[in-house]
Formats: sequence, C-alpha cells, structure tokens
Amino acid sequence: MTIREIAQILGASVHTAEEELLDKDIETAFGSDMMSDVLAFADEGSVLLSGLLNPQVIRTAHMLDMPCIVFVRGKKATPEILALAEESRIVVLETPIRLYSACGRLYTAGLDSR
Amino acid sequence: MEEEALHFHFDVDGNNFASAGEASVQVKRLLRQMGFSPDTIRRISIAMYEGEINMVIHAHGGDADVYVYPDKIRVVLSDTGPGIKDVSLAMQEGYSTAPDNIRSLGFGAGMGLPNMKRYSDKLEVRSTVGVGTVIEMEFISA
Ligand SMILES: Nc1ncnc2c1ncn2[C@@H]1O[C@H](COP(=O)(O)OP(=O)(O)OP(=O)(O)O)[C@@H](O)[C@H]1O
Ligand SMILES: [Mg+2]
Repeated sequence: MTIREIAQILGASVHTAEEELLDKDIETAFGSDMMSDVLAFADEGSVLLSGLLNPQVIRTAHMLDMPCIVFVRGKKATPEILALAEESRIVVLETPIRLYSACGRLYTAGLDSR
Repeated sequence: MEEEALHFHFDVDGNNFASAGEASVQVKRLLRQMGFSPDTIRRISIAMYEGEINMVIHAHGGDADVYVYPDKIRVVLSDTGPGIKDVSLAMQEGYSTAPDNIRSLGFGAGMGLPNMKRYSDKLEVRSTVGVGTVIEMEFISA
C-alpha cells in the first residue's frame, strides 16, 4: 500500500517536501503512543500511527527507517516537528480519526503487521 | 595491538528532551556514508538511541563515544548520573523507575535496556550509585 493510499483511506492531510515519497510502498503498520514499545516491537519500515506529538516520535521513526507517521485524533504537527520530519525524509499525515479506528481502516484495506 | 578506529564524540545535553537523540541521528548518517549495511545501521541506531534517551531522562545527559573499526562498531555511553542500584533488575523487561511525566512523553516502559541487549552483539553495564553509569555496546558489522 502506498503512502498516498494510506492518506486517502484516512482522509489525512499530507506534509512532505518530496512528492515522490508518497509512492513509497509500505507493507506493515504499528500503532502506539509509547515510543518505548515502538522501539521494542515495531517492524522496520512500517508506517507509525500515534497520538503522541513530540520530536521523539520523529526520531523514533527515523531510527526504525519508518517512511511515514500518521498523527491521529486530530493532532496537528508543529513547525518544529514538520521540519525534523522533512530532514529525516519522513512523510507526516494528520487524521481526525482515533488510533483504533485508523488502524482498523488500514487493516481492513489490507495493511497487516508482521 | 589495538586495531585502528575512527572516533566520534558527542555531548548529550541532559536539559533538553527535544534534542535527545541528535547524536544517534548523526551516527546513523555517518555510518550510512561509510557504507555499512542498513541492517547493521538500524541495530546500532536503535540501541544507541535507547541509551541516549536513558542518559537524558535518568542521568542529566552525558557523553557518547563511537568507535568505528573495519569489522565492528563500539558505542560507549557514560554519564555522571545517579547510577543503577541493581543492574540485573534494570535489565528486565518492564522494570522502570521513570516518573509519570516521562511516560507522558512516550518513554518509561522498561524496554530500553533489554532492547539494547537484543540489538547489540555485546553489552556491558558498569554502574555505581552516586557516581554514574557506563554502557558499552559492540556491534559486529555485516
Ligand atoms: N543512564 C542511566 N542512569 C541511571 N539509571 C538508568 C540509566 N539507564 C537506565 N537506568 C535505570 O534502569 C531502568 C530501566 O531502563 P530501561 O531503559 O530498560 O527502561 P526505561 O528507560 O525506564 O523505559 P524505556 O526505555 O522503555 O523508555 C530505568 O528506569 C532506570 O531506573
Ligand atoms: Mg530507557
């Protein structure tokens, strides 16, 4: 599933400086507000769904080579966070949908976890 | 005879949660430039980042030193924080002394040290209460 498709499914707004990153294919997803658990349990290269908003969410994703973060529950990324994401070449999506439902929609559309 | 190593030093600022992880980001970039495999780079990045975060949230910051050898990478994280009373307890999954304000920042599940052990090929923790902690990790590069 491409990042573009993920954005469509979640009705998400898209933040990236590199349009071509949206065609990147993603095979797995991980949802959590705890970065400790993301670091311990998420598969590399997954899309990260989170309701936590701070710079460490971007760094955590960067360490795991995650190409895309979805901020759920209407969380709006700050300019600082967007700049850090851009530097790390991570696409930021924002959706009003809550974590459980956002994961459910992606799962139903065929995005699994390993 | 000691093999020749490239040495990189980073100060880890203990008063700035937002900047925590900057050293790990730089190391990731350096290792990529040096051509290490994505898998090796990811293992090192994750383990070093866990250690860097620990220094910031538990020990008011510290020093990070990375030594790059032709076939391995050594990461040494040293701080002059409160130290760890019972290292084998701290190594257990789920053990954490992190307060609620740290948990609201997304950390403090007690998964960091076990994760560092999992991703490194060798992990040594030397800690003295009231003096500080030194964590040494070794990674064999693929
Ligand atoms: N550098 C350090 N100085 C002092 N104490 C430390 C240090 N690193 C770890 N500890 C102690 O060991 C415990 C376990 O560390 P660990 O990294 O496994 O979990 P955590 O940092 O509490 O949570 P998480 O890593 O899941 O966010 C910590 O809660 C803390 O008590
Ligand atoms: Mg930790």
